[in-house]
Formats: sequence, structure tokens, C-alpha cells
Amino acid sequence: MSLRTWFADKRQKQKGQKSETGHYEVKDETFEQLWVECYNCTHRMLRREFLTGHGMCTECGYHFRINSTQRIEQLADAFEVINDDLVSTDPLVFTDTEPYHERIAKAEVKSNLYEAIITGIATTNGTRFALGVMDFDYMGGSMGSVVGEKITRLIEVALEQKLSLVIVSASGGARMQEGIFSLMQMVKTGAALGRFHERGQLFISVLTEPTFGGVTASFGTLGDIIIAEEGSRIGFAGRRVIEQTIRQKLPADFQTANYLLKYGQVDMVVKRPDLRQTLVGLISVHEKSLKQAGPFMHRQPAMA
Amino acid sequence: MPPKADKPTKANKAMTTTPCFDFEQPLVAIQEKIEELKQLGAETGIDVSGQMTTLTRQADKYRKELYSNLKPNEKLQIVRHPERPNTLDIVSGLSPEIWFELHGNRCGMDDGALVGGIIELNNTPMVVVGTQKGHNMKDNLTRNFGMPNPEGYEKAMRLFAHANKFGMPILTLIDTPGAYPGIAAEEHGIGYAIALNIREMARLRVPVVSVVVGEGCSGGALGIGVANHIYMLEHAVYTVISPEGCASILWRDASHAGQAAEALKLTAQDLESFGIIDGIIPEPLGGAHLDVAGQIDAIGRQVAKAVELLKPHPPEALVEQRFQKYRKIGVPGQSMRHVVRQSAQEAQPAMASASKSASTNTANTANATKKSKAPI
Repeated sequence: MSLRTWFADKRQKQKGQKSETGHYEVKDETFEQLWVECYNCTHRMLRREFLTGHGMCTECGYHFRINSTQRIEQLADAFEVINDDLVSTDPLVFTDTEPYHERIAKAEVKSNLYEAIITGIATTNGTRFALGVMDFDYMGGSMGSVVGEKITRLIEVALEQKLSLVIVSASGGARMQEGIFSLMQMVKTGAALGRFHERGQLFISVLTEPTFGGVTASFGTLGDIIIAEEGSRIGFAGRRVIEQTIRQKLPADFQTANYLLKYGQVDMVVKRPDLRQTLVGLISVHEKSLKQAGPFMHRQPAMA
Repeated sequence: MPPKADKPTKANKAMTTTPCFDFEQPLVAIQEKIEELKQLGAETGIDVSGQMTTLTRQADKYRKELYSNLKPNEKLQIVRHPERPNTLDIVSGLSPEIWFELHGNRCGMDDGALVGGIIELNNTPMVVVGTQKGHNMKDNLTRNFGMPNPEGYEKAMRLFAHANKFGMPILTLIDTPGAYPGIAAEEHGIGYAIALNIREMARLRVPVVSVVVGEGCSGGALGIGVANHIYMLEHAVYTVISPEGCASILWRDASHAGQAAEALKLTAQDLESFGIIDGIIPEPLGGAHLDVAGQIDAIGRQVAKAVELLKPHPPEALVEQRFQKYRKIGVPGQSMRHVVRQSAQEAQPAMASASKSASTNTANTANATKKSKAPI
């Protein structure tokens, strides 16, 4: 193919028309709808195949980001949503390059969600547990007042109904647009987990690609057991910030799940298809033990 | 924005009230005129005292106006002044006789960026923990510019537990640009260290009083900032992210830090209006560095007052008050969605159930359903 026909082809392709040489018979969008290319190994798989799996590459097992709806489907047989009508009040009337309330409207359209977390009661293989799943599609999964409140209310429901708690995190950190209110959600959730901890109930934190900032520094790392999903990146400060501060190149696997495992920051690294069984297994083994030994409060001397 | 150091001018040495920040430029003009007059008077022997007093009065009035209407990024310049009193200065001022500094996390490190120990304030033994900045470069290198590592937060936790054991009220002093973003910090679990401090501080059975002395940025400040009462100095700031960091993310350019500082509403006055802090401790005109002893006195009075107020309460009440304080922050609004949904369901039960089943069917495809909020 000459350079000229190549350009002609490219132009046709951009217009989505059939080219003279017939190289691009499928429109680009149609192609994207049908096929998914792996970011890791560039293997192409049918979207249908990809979706019926776990959102993983069929060739190399690369874990794509999945949204909260997919995650809940994978983890729960039934899911009862609670507190889905909470909305942000834009307490700072924040405007950067665009007003915060417009960003919220855009995020709702983009993600089909009302906030960056869905909370509710899940039932899996007959086990009931409180489940919160964050969604990176909604403003980078950032934690504002609503996310903090929904998590806190979920913890309160779990306390009330004596359920184990699982939170699947995917977040860029605290939401800057709500300023100090976002920051204080770290305390709100952390303090609520303190009460949960005192009552001796099980909290499993699942950290997925990506979990950073205020989420890592609050409920994300407060799990009795911390599970990192294979291939996810987890940390407090972002990679770019660290590179700028120390003026060094960072190792390629820095802040990945296995890197954190090596440094003792997470209990286990689990592949996505195994997550469901791991959670159910952990919950049932702990609940069994609590049934045998009685509530934690009876074994714990009062704090001096 | 880097802290603006004093310009080594002649006038500067003579008077402590000499302008030193960018935004004080108009004052410089007046100050220069006063100097000129003074020289003129000295050289020619003409009586200039009348004009001098007018000018000085003018300068004072202008300065007062300037400092009562500071922009957030101007406040940032003040709190980043190298001579601003740091934790160790304040501690030595609050309790000149009794100060036992306690070191180390018992796990291999003593973090210089976070210091702590025991003082006596108003005849009450207390534990003080605070982030520590240096006054000069050499000092700052050992103090890591006030950016603690995980080991610092572990040390803080150890001291909190100590206070809890012996029933000592806790004072935390916050002045940090944030926790240190370094390789070792991540490897040693900076996120976990802060998270654990937040959770455990919320359960402390002794009074906790927190004072934001300078800049309180992000989780780094919160790791020692969960308190019954929070106070801020007049020009101090408390924010979810440093304005520079915010600008480089949202504007993709750190030079918009001024705008970011404005938008983040991070001043003591803003936070008081939100009801997040319990009070503002006034600063001397021009900033805390101009009257360190007086400033420390003011801090001491406020802290002593707060401790007196909190001390008589039983531990359970203190824990509950602290818990409820944070539980109330950030109350979200209630949308009308559930009302709309309910009325729609009542009006057309058949249609509602149809759409419900449709949403479950299509939930497989990513983002295909329009806001499927029905049970999955």
C-alpha cells in the first residue's frame, strides 16, 4: 500500500465509510463494540466472551477495570440496595475549570450511577453480608460526603443486623471538590469502624485497581483482613507525586498488589474469579468461630 | 508557593513590623517614605514629627485592613514563614519547666518530623504530639519539612496510648504539608498508619484538643487530628489537599494554586462558618512570627480552657462527643428520586415491574442500563 492510499484509508476510516481498497469494512465503533483488545498483551477477544468472563483477558489473564454493577453480579447472588437517594449538596460551591454540580451531572451520565459507591445487603451462597462497592467511573471513585455517609450507614446497618462487612474499594482518594468535608469523611468512616471493631464483627477490605489517598488512609486499610485484587495498584500518594518529590524513577511494579504483599501491607492477593469463594469462605469461618466462642466484648477487658 | 523570607533590608533589621510578603508591597512604599522623612529630619533638623505620625498612623490603618481581608494564598504565605513558631517552640513556651520528650516507635525508627512528650499546663500533666517543621534548611532536613513517615504516626499512636493509660489529656499541634510521599513511606504502610491513628484516636478515653498552628494538609494532618475540640490560629489553613496539588490535578497546572486555595475554602474563618472547628485563636497583627511569646500564651490559654471544660466528663461521654462531632460532618442531601419512583410505581405497577425485570436483564452489558437501582 502506498503512503497515499494509507492516508486515504485513514481519512475514510475516520469518517466511518467503506474505503476504496476495502481495508476498513467495519466502522470503528462497530469494531469496538464487537472486539476488545487487551491492554497488556494486545490479544483481541470478542466482547461477548469478555463480558461473560470476569472482565479478564482470555489470553494473559489481565484484569480490566470493572464497574460496580459487574462487581456486585460477580460477588452476590442477590443484592438489596440501601441509601441510594443521597446526593451531594456542594457545600463549598466549588468551581475549578467547571462547576462541581456540572461535574456531578456529567459523572451521572457517564457512569449511570448516583454516587461513587453502591451499598446494600448481599446474599451469596446463602450467606448474608453488608457489601459496599465503589465505582471508579463516577468521578474517579472519589470519597465525598455522600460516599462517607453511605459507608457509615452501611457499617451501622451491619452493626444492627450483626452482619459481616465487605467493602470493595476503587478510588482516587478524597473528593477535592468538597474540600474539608471530604477529609472529615475519613474520620467519620474510621470512627464508625472503630465501633464495629469493638463489637468484634468481621470487616474484609477488598482493594482493587486503583485505590489511593484518603480511602487507603481510612477504611481501605482498616479491614481485619485486607485482600488486594491481582494486578491492582494501591497506595497513599500517587506515583507521579512521589517521583516529583524524590526525583527518582520508581520500580515498575511499585504499588502493585504483589509489591504490597511483599512488604506486608495486604493479607493476600486474589485473582478475580476466586474472590467470591474467598469472601464467602472467610466470612463463614469467622462467623462459625464467633458462634462457638461468643461475642468479642465478653473476651475483651475494658480499655484502660 | 515558597515561603517568602525576610528581605535583608536595613529597615527590616530596625523594625519587626517591616513588610516582608508579596502582598505587603503597598506598605513598603509608605515605609520608605517614613524612612526618607526620618533621614530628612536628621539631616536638616526640620521638625517632621507631625508628618511622621500621620504616615505611621496611615500605615497602621492600612496594615490592619490588609490583615483582616487576607486572601487564602496570602494566608498560606504567612503560615509558611520560616520563623513561624513550631511545635517545639510552642511546647517550650507552654511548659518551660516540665518537658519530657519521648522518642521512637519501638520498631526501628524515630521520626524527626513528628515529636511528642509530656508537659504540664495549668498544673495538668498532658501529652503533646505535633508535627515539627524547622526554621532553616539544616533543621528542615532533619525534620523532613514537617512531613512524617509511617513511623512518626506509630510514635504518635504509642504516645496516645500512653496518655490513655495514665489519663492525661492530649494536645496535638498540626503544621504539616502532608505525610511524606516517598518510597519507604509507601512500603511501610503510610495509609495504614494514618487510618489506624484515626480509628484509635476516635476511641481515646481522655480529652483530645487539636490546634492547627500552620498548614494542615490532607491525611497527614488528620493522622494526629481527631479531637474533641479543634482550634485554628487566625491565619492557619486546613485542607483536604495542598492548593498546589489540587491545582495540578484539576487545572493541570500548579500555577493556579491561588485559585485552588480560594475554591477549597481552607481558612480558619471558612472552617468556623462550616462548624467544623470550635474556635479561632487570634494572631498578632502581621502573623504569629512577629510575637512568638504572645502567640504561645494565647494558644496556652485556649487549650487550658478547653481541657478544663472537657476534663470533668466521664470517658464514655468524651468518646461519644468526639464520635458525634465527626458523624455530623458532611450531611448529604436527600434526592427526590425515591418519591418519584414510588409515585411512578403506585401509578403504574405493571410498567414499573416490567422496567425492573428489563434492567436486570441488561445489567450484564457494561453501562447499558439507565441507572438500574433495583435489587440485582
